[in-house]
Amino acid sequence: MALSLRCFLRCGKNAVSAVRQRGFHRSVPAAAQVTVRDALNQAMDEEMERDERVFLMGEEVAQYDGAYKVSRGLWKKYGDKRVIDTPISEMGFAGIAVGSAMAGLRPICEFMTFNFSMQAIDQVINSAAKTYYMSAGLQAVPIVFRGPNGASAGVAAQHSQCFAAWYAHCPGLKVVSPWNAEDAKGLLKAAIRDDNPVVFLENELMYGVPFEMSEESQSKDFTIPIGKAKIERQGNHITMVSHSRFVGHCLDAAAVLAKDGIECEVINLRTIRPMDVESIEASVMKTNHLVTVEGGWPQFGVGAEICARIMEGPAFNYLDAPVTRVTGVDIPMPYAKILEDHSLPQIKDIIFSVKKTLNV
Amino acid sequence: MLTNISNVLRACAQRNGAAVAVSARTYADFTNQTTFEIKKCDVFKLDEAPATQVVMTREEGLQYYRTMQIMRRMELKADQLYKQKIIRGFCHLYDGQEACAVGIEASINRTDHLITAYRAHGYTYTRGGTVKEIMAELTGRRGGIAKGKGGSMHMYCKNFYGGNGIVGAQVPLGAGVALACKFQGNNELCVCLYGDGAANQGQIFETYNMAALWKLPVIFICENNRYGMGTSVERAAASTDYFKRGEFIPGLRVDGMDILCVREATRFAADHCRSGKGPILMELQTYRYHGHSMSDPGVSYRTREEIQEVRSKSDPISLLKDRMLSNNMASVEELKDIDVEVRKQIEDAAQFATTDPEPPLEELCNHIFHNNPPLEVRGTNPWAKLKSLS
Repeated sequence: MALSLRCFLRCGKNAVSAVRQRGFHRSVPAAAQVTVRDALNQAMDEEMERDERVFLMGEEVAQYDGAYKVSRGLWKKYGDKRVIDTPISEMGFAGIAVGSAMAGLRPICEFMTFNFSMQAIDQVINSAAKTYYMSAGLQAVPIVFRGPNGASAGVAAQHSQCFAAWYAHCPGLKVVSPWNAEDAKGLLKAAIRDDNPVVFLENELMYGVPFEMSEESQSKDFTIPIGKAKIERQGNHITMVSHSRFVGHCLDAAAVLAKDGIECEVINLRTIRPMDVESIEASVMKTNHLVTVEGGWPQFGVGAEICARIMEGPAFNYLDAPVTRVTGVDIPMPYAKILEDHSLPQIKDIIFSVKKTLNV
Repeated sequence: MLTNISNVLRACAQRNGAAVAVSARTYADFTNQTTFEIKKCDVFKLDEAPATQVVMTREEGLQYYRTMQIMRRMELKADQLYKQKIIRGFCHLYDGQEACAVGIEASINRTDHLITAYRAHGYTYTRGGTVKEIMAELTGRRGGIAKGKGGSMHMYCKNFYGGNGIVGAQVPLGAGVALACKFQGNNELCVCLYGDGAANQGQIFETYNMAALWKLPVIFICENNRYGMGTSVERAAASTDYFKRGEFIPGLRVDGMDILCVREATRFAADHCRSGKGPILMELQTYRYHGHSMSDPGVSYRTREEIQEVRSKSDPISLLKDRMLSNNMASVEELKDIDVEVRKQIEDAAQFATTDPEPPLEELCNHIFHNNPPLEVRGTNPWAKLKSLS
């Protein structure tokens, strides 16, 4: 029962409406269980088929089928011209990708993880993000930088950093952080179709997780607008805002809290920049309490930005308590499992923070 | 026949609005074209070299002369305006290096692509920008080629990708443009320039590798003006043979003060690329009269004697002028007339650049995103909600 309940919650469907749908004797919508990995794969496949200027480049994306198998089958289908294996030269190939976007192509530049994007960050910021402004609209850069972001499992400090705050700091970039399969597919398609540089932050631990995808979300023209958050669960007592993997943690925490009569509203940001502050404000004006949950470090992070924006807007007057940030611990990621587990927000940390914020 | 040609040329000149001096001699008195013997290039991993016997027509010579003179006067005017504090920030002047930009453009098509670093005013001109819009960009006015939002280092026009401020970053970008050319199968190539200082950047070697691996149609050009800011090449590079630094990429070392050498080498390099052989590297040995930028007097790391020697022996405009005069390809008066026209053109442009208004404040937040619905941008305080249009 708990499992199916969690399933309903994960699907983002209201449990009531799902029951109502089953009541009618029409053919069940062809929903399917799709992993985040496959959703990303489908997104790239569909967009490459739709527009011959779209191509993928990165380390191991072609013949290896992708370091995490996200690009599986694409090289076989599209060949060397559209799926390009690069040498280990992030700064070089990121620059090449940006240059190709300037000259009319629509590259998807994969970083094996965003930790390696630090080598190339000058090309992302100075060559991609700022160019449209510096050229007063003469030179657009339609590029997607994608790859896994944030902590994985046991990969230690140099391979576990979250770059959401780093990239979201910069004007000229869009920064997207999907959680489930529907997010992954719809947002990646939107990112590829966007004429601007988009940083697409995936999560390695989510790649293998299956989610139910509606028939609508399986359509080849299904996109999710960049810059719009989604309310995954409705509630009246407190608002939880999160992105990427921790949306799942929030929903799990909400399920436990519901047993204590605390109804949480869980917002999946989907886009970090531009952030959908209006959705957060509307929710806070209803619940009067806010907790942000992220995997990144606390200082100058996504949660810090949300706090500042809430304070500057109409929702501040509706807060009955200061905003609480639940974040990764302010340390480089350790290796030992027990230490790693205690470096990131766990369900119990979220539950604790919610109760503290509500003063219960 | 020649009288007909001269009539046509005169008519063309008048159409362009340039005052045509009726010289005492008719155009029929001049030599139409001359074959010149130019310096042989040093080659690296090449069996052939650019031609050493080259033909220049009178028309070409006059065009090169005018273009180089425009560039020279434009940069000197920028120097003046900077000292008057009408231009601010960074200003990296190109005077001395004119033969490079003009020689390169002479051997590529407007449909080819070019990208360079921050010493970019000359290239902005050869690639199609007007002197007016270049100068107005330097003075930060709305008539600037980037509407005043880019400044000296960020000028763009069709098939010209700037103007780039981060040393070396333009090199992978240029290879990326070449990748797009190859991808689209349009027989175009990309000329990708960098300096002797940038030549030691790691990303350039990453780019050499990928360009060679994928046979990208890119001409890498190192403009070696002997100094990376205040550091001479001997103090910066373990090997100053920049044309060999591509290791597995064939290279040419070219006299960058002789426009015909540059033109011929570029022709050779362009043929190499277009035949599908992949990238090629050219080192242009050139010199800048000004310091690195306007904040550098340029005499703390080199002697005034050195600068003077280059000016008197190797000035690209003087070299061309001498060639034309001693081969009866133009008259002194004719070239003087061009000088007068150029001076006027630059004065007019400077006048425009100093009187054109600054961009309107409404422009502040525009051009963040392309093809995007209008969005709100936070100003300096929470109540300042500014508007951004594509």
